[in-house]
Amino acid sequence: MSHQRLVGEEVLAMERDGPRLVGSRCRSCGAVTFPRQASCPRCTGENVDDHRLARTGRLWGFTVQGFPPKDPYLAAAAPFRPFGVGYVDLDAEILVESRLVADDWRQLRIGMPLELVIIPFHDDHSGEQVSTFAFAPTDEAAEDAVA
Amino acid sequence: MTDVAIVGIGIHPFGRHAGVSGRSQGAYAARQALRDAGVGWTDMQFAFGGSDAAGNADALVADLGLTGIEFVNVRNGCATGGSALAMADRAIRSGAYDIGMAIGFDKHPPGAFNASPADYGLADWYGEIGLMVTTQFFAIKIQRYLADHDLDKDVLSLVAAKAYRNGSINPNAWRRQPLTAEEIAASDMISYPLTKYMFCSPGEGGVALVLSRADIAHRYTDRPVYLRATALRSRLYGTFEVFSPSLAVERTDGPTVLAARAAFEAAGVEPGDVDVAQIQDTEAGAEIMHMAETGLCAHGEQAKLVEAGETEIGGSLPINTDGGCIANGEPIGASGLRQVYENVLQLRGDAGPRQVPSDPRVAFTHVYGAPGISACTVLTR
Repeated sequence: MSHQRLVGEEVLAMERDGPRLVGSRCRSCGAVTFPRQASCPRCTGENVDDHRLARTGRLWGFTVQGFPPKDPYLAAAAPFRPFGVGYVDLDAEILVESRLVADDWRQLRIGMPLELVIIPFHDDHSGEQVSTFAFAPTDEAAEDAVA
Repeated sequence: MTDVAIVGIGIHPFGRHAGVSGRSQGAYAARQALRDAGVGWTDMQFAFGGSDAAGNADALVADLGLTGIEFVNVRNGCATGGSALAMADRAIRSGAYDIGMAIGFDKHPPGAFNASPADYGLADWYGEIGLMVTTQFFAIKIQRYLADHDLDKDVLSLVAAKAYRNGSINPNAWRRQPLTAEEIAASDMISYPLTKYMFCSPGEGGVALVLSRADIAHRYTDRPVYLRATALRSRLYGTFEVFSPSLAVERTDGPTVLAARAAFEAAGVEPGDVDVAQIQDTEAGAEIMHMAETGLCAHGEQAKLVEAGETEIGGSLPINTDGGCIANGEPIGASGLRQVYENVLQLRGDAGPRQVPSDPRVAFTHVYGAPGISACTVLTR
């Protein structure tokens, strides 16, 4: 496991039940932001605390990235495979943008249940596996798709 | 406060021009606008100019003449051209100047815009995992919008087909080959539901406008077009903008809604009075959303209007009569000014084969883009 790199490590917390995204929450108005920031974009307040976001949520809107993003995308030069991108509604607190574990729009629909996972998305030339966070359909979503 | 008129217009054709710098495209447009107004560069009391990727706009003074002019560089994302015009409008409206220029030009490298996370206040990981891509934003926004308003994605191909059709009769457009809705729908899927031919591309071009106090406009032209209002707005908490790692759950009206409303109010004109409109069509979905966000129609009404041909040149609400960004490409510095150029042609009755036949009197422009900014104008004759 030494040859692994987790991109976005600074916005993740590893807990016993799995990874969580870390944002911030305003002490004055309760607005939740992601990633964490030192002030509140809603009320302009400056008292914010770290806040762990829900591990599961529902898909709010989506697309599938159909061409290789340019640099600074780490896999810009690697063979390309389309990947889903969308906003996930976490507990009606915040919509977080994320890669989605899907490569075709037909696998996605608004409202489908998703959970946070860590996925490898690139092997760089030195053999290091590069991973990041993504949201994947839950078992419940998979059952819906079959039905 | 005095009113403001547009008394001269100039354009360098949009597209790709190997060996021609962005700056020389700007100089070409400037000279054309000066000739159109029957004045010289030495008559210009000020200029606001913008370029995003082709160097500082004020480098133009080396080409046009070192006259000591007050030249201010404008750099304001996708609203650069619209912002230059808004500032020029205020310079005259305030009474400080009688006549001056708003100018924009650009020359972007081929391919999608390649923004740096740091420029937008974002951490490196956002770009490293593949999220720093403007096309994703447009796709997600229209995907959700179509679902919210029960619109079929087929309308996107119809919007793009209109752009290429109008571009084919615009000698200054980049994409002049008409494409059918079927060809557009079948082109490469860039970012579902948007295909390759539904998008505009970064490009090249230049536009210049000579503005004067309205009460002296007849010295320069017998067909002045009046700049009734300009408005510029950035994003509020709760809007959905490009390069957003997260969104608030509560939705608020975006900068387009705010800028359009402010422009119409300042002009004393209702959206329903508009005879011809040029609105931001970074991709076909943007035109659909912006039709309603600017107040030109109701949310969900777009497909009916587009399918009935109402947004065509001969329809009741002609939109993007010059082919818009889709057919002209998007040189950021020039894009907002291109819209005004087209509206001036339409209000003068000089738009040739793409002239709106209903003798238009009220025209509207709207730009929108990164990082969540919009600029609108209302023009009348």
